[in-house]
This record gives sequence, structure tokens and C-alpha cells, in this order.
Amino acid sequence: MSLILETRGLSRIFSLPRAGFGKERAVRRAVVDVNLKVEEGARLGIVGESGSGKTTLAKLLLGLDTPSEGEVRFRGQAIPLEDMHSFRRQVQVVFQDPRSSLNPRMRVGDIVREPLECLNVTEDHDTRIIEVITEVGLPKDLVQRFPHELSGGQRQRVAIARALAPRPKVLIADEPVSALDVLVRDEILSLLADLTTNLGLTLILISHDLSVVARLCDDVVVMQHGTAVEKGKTMDVFRAPRHEFTKRLITAVPRLPGTK
Amino acid sequence: MLLEVRNLTVRFGSKTVVDSVSFDLEASSRLGIIGESGSGKTLTTLAIIGLLPETAKVSGSVTFEGKELIGLADRDFSAIRGNRIGMVFQEPLTALNPLMRVGKQIAQPLRNHQGVTLKEGLKRAMELCARVGLPDPDRIIRSYPHQLSGGQRQRIGLAIALACSPALLIADEPTTALDVTVQKEVLSLMNSLVAEEGSSLIFVSHDLPVVASITERVAVMQNGEIVELASVNSMFQDASHEYSRKLIQAARTSDAELGHFTESPSA
Repeated sequence: MSLILETRGLSRIFSLPRAGFGKERAVRRAVVDVNLKVEEGARLGIVGESGSGKTTLAKLLLGLDTPSEGEVRFRGQAIPLEDMHSFRRQVQVVFQDPRSSLNPRMRVGDIVREPLECLNVTEDHDTRIIEVITEVGLPKDLVQRFPHELSGGQRQRVAIARALAPRPKVLIADEPVSALDVLVRDEILSLLADLTTNLGLTLILISHDLSVVARLCDDVVVMQHGTAVEKGKTMDVFRAPRHEFTKRLITAVPRLPGTK
Repeated sequence: MLLEVRNLTVRFGSKTVVDSVSFDLEASSRLGIIGESGSGKTLTTLAIIGLLPETAKVSGSVTFEGKELIGLADRDFSAIRGNRIGMVFQEPLTALNPLMRVGKQIAQPLRNHQGVTLKEGLKRAMELCARVGLPDPDRIIRSYPHQLSGGQRQRIGLAIALACSPALLIADEPTTALDVTVQKEVLSLMNSLVAEEGSSLIFVSHDLPVVASITERVAVMQNGEIVELASVNSMFQDASHEYSRKLIQAARTSDAELGHFTESPSA
């Protein structure tokens, strides 16, 4: 197994507005000294509460934000790489709410075409669009539709298709099912599980929902106040959490009657 | 019977969004309403408390403490809302007034319904803060909503809803916007407060495990209709409707997924 993504001493510190004239600027440490090693083909979950720095970490991994300290390395090279197009072809993202992540004025076909054009993908675009739309379980004729004509689940499938279009190696999914209804959530999770297996994707899944991570990820990182407080195999971390916060997080999940 | 809902129907133009919904709620009993977004859960509760927009056409009957609520004049409704029926909403940041200190907001229902003075109201507000587990009530009542955390804001929401000791508390996705550890605290708080007050509870949520943890009966809604209404236990043992079975299956899958990881095989 080779290392595909790595962070070294990664920190992101935001300075907040002054509380008053002449006062010191307060800072917010969104991500503090995070060291991760992601092997090719790994499925890594990042869990934590709102404000724990999960999404900031995702943005740093995607090169959408610049670290205050430390660095992100992709296949051993610090990003930003000289060829960011090549990086973006290989590292793609799915966001939480497809209603805001899909352009409402573009047809589905054009939405999926955009990364192919922007990132100079050389294969035939029309063929690839149909291929990837089918891959995420949508009918071909959907390419003519607009996002508002689709259901929530279909929209998230489009967002996944767009991410997969340039044949990425790494898929970063930031709360991909949190905006969806329970039954639809189930379908999208199965789809993500199948796709990562079939395409050999490296998956980094960010979620506040432990059951989502339990279902899809072999490894997990628990974040609290910007720090990775616990790392390990999902099975080990959830079964025998060492950190106080992880214990609290796990016991707080409401369980069904009849289960312990 | 505390609340009787009969053939409650809500239409917007030609679209029927709540379709012949009927259920009963006895004093000190609890009902959960679950369903996916757009299934009519929230509109059902809004119809009960008369907060639907004027464009909605409401028919059927809602009897609360022997009084018909459908078609009730605004003034008479105001005497019931916040007094006999308390409400907690999903997002306390939008439910609370951002420009008013929370002490005054908690005192509001007491001043409206029990005619207490502002000074007396604020004193009661401090007691209520302590009851909903907020530390340092003295400071809290002088805070604005944005100065509090999400969990603290939802506790304020509960304090307002319970200020007048209502016979019925309607909670619409009260913990959906909260982190899971905070959700647990707010649920257990709501559980004990409702028990202490002897109030009835209608708890609306899309989250089956949450509903099952706090209510005795569940109504499953789909496309504006109640497709199944049963006790939590019998629903889990043998749900009769296809859709409820699917919901239970989905909940079981994620529960088992987590159980598989959190419990050692010997347990």
C-alpha cells in the first residue's frame, strides 16, 4: 500500500474580528496540529461535533484553503502542486446539500461535463457523462433535466457523478447524507460503498453520524476542538474508545428498544 | 381525552398536504410523529395550534380540553397557545427573538397569560432557567440568544414552552439541529420535565430511534396521511404498513452497524 494523502502538523487558525477598538484580535484554532496518513484504497471516517474542524480539514485536504502551519502532501508532494488540474482530477469532493452544491441553472449533463472541461480530461466527454450517470444508478435521459426537477436522492447522485467524472483516486465526502431522508440515506450509503469497492477509490468521509462511519469506514479519526483526539481502526475505536470525548460521543447515540 | 383530532385535512390550493388525519391523546401520554420531509408532520402540528398561513384551507376537527380549535378566533387561540399548549421548534436561533434578552422572552408567556409583572416574571424566569439545567441563571437571563450555545438556546426554548405548565407540549424536531451529545442531554431533560409536569407530549421527528426513546406511541406519516399508528413496542415487533417496515429496517441497519462495532461479541 502506498501513501496517497498525508498531513504533517496541519493547522488552520482564523483571526476573528476585533471585539472593540484597540482590542486584540481573538483567534480561532479550527484545525490544530493534525497528522494523518491515508493509504491508497483506505476508507477513512472523520467524526466530531459541529465546530470541531471537520469541514476545515476537508477544505485543506482539497487544497481549497491554505494551512496556517504544516502541509498536506499528495503522493509525497506538498500541495498546491504545480499542476493543480492533475491534483483535482485525482481528488474530488461531494458536499452535504446538493441543492446548494449544484448550479440550479445548468442541466444535469452540463453539470457533469463541467469538471471534464475545466480539468482538461482527454477522453470523449459525451460518452463519459452517460457512463458515469449510469454508474450512479440514474437513467440516461436525466441529463436533460435541471436539479430542481430531481428528488433529493437523485440530486446527491448527480453530485457523486460529477465528482466521479474525471476518474478520481480520492473521494472526499463531507456529510453526504445528512440532508437526506432516512430511506434515501440508506440508498446513497450503499451506492458509496459499492462505488468505493468497484472503483478502488480512497474514501474520506466526514460525518457527525457514527453509524454512517461505522458502515463505510475501516479507519476513523475523532476530532474535538480542531484536534484529532483519537485515531484507529473503526472497530477498535468504537468498541474500546480511549478518549473521554469518544466515549461520550458513542454513548450519546440513541439506540433502538431491545438493543443494549 | 385531552386532544381529539378527527379527519384533519389541510389544503394549499388543489394540493392536499394533510389528508384526513385522526388521533387521540390522553392526559399525560406521549405520541411521536415520524415521516420523511414533506410528509405533513409539521403541518399537522401547525394546524393543531392554528399557526398555518392564511392561504391554507383547514377542515376537520381538533378538540382540546373539550374546546373546538378549528376556526377558533385568534384572540381565543392566543389564550391557549403558550399557556395550555407549549411549543418547542427545531432551530432555537430562529425561534427566539434575537433582539430581546432571554429572561424577558421566558417571562413573556407568564406576563401574557398570568398577568405577572416584569419583575416577578424575571424572577420566575430565573427559577425556570435553573429547572432546565442552565447554570448561572443570573447571567443567562441577561444574555441575548447569540451569546448562548445551541444546547443552551434549546433549553431556553423549553423554559418558554413550559413556563405556564401546559397540558400539552408540542416539540417539532427539537433536537435535530443539535450535536448528538447535546441531543442526549436535551432529550433526557425533556423527558423528566414532561413527567414532572404531567403534560402530554407530541414529538415530531424524522429520527425513529429518537422518537422511540421518548414516546409510547408512534404515528407514521406518508404523503399527508397517517399510514400506521401503534405503540412503539408493537411497531417494532410487527409493523403492518410497508413504509413503516422500511423505516424500521433502515433504523435497525444503522443500529446493528453501530452495535456490531460498539459491543463486544460476548455481550
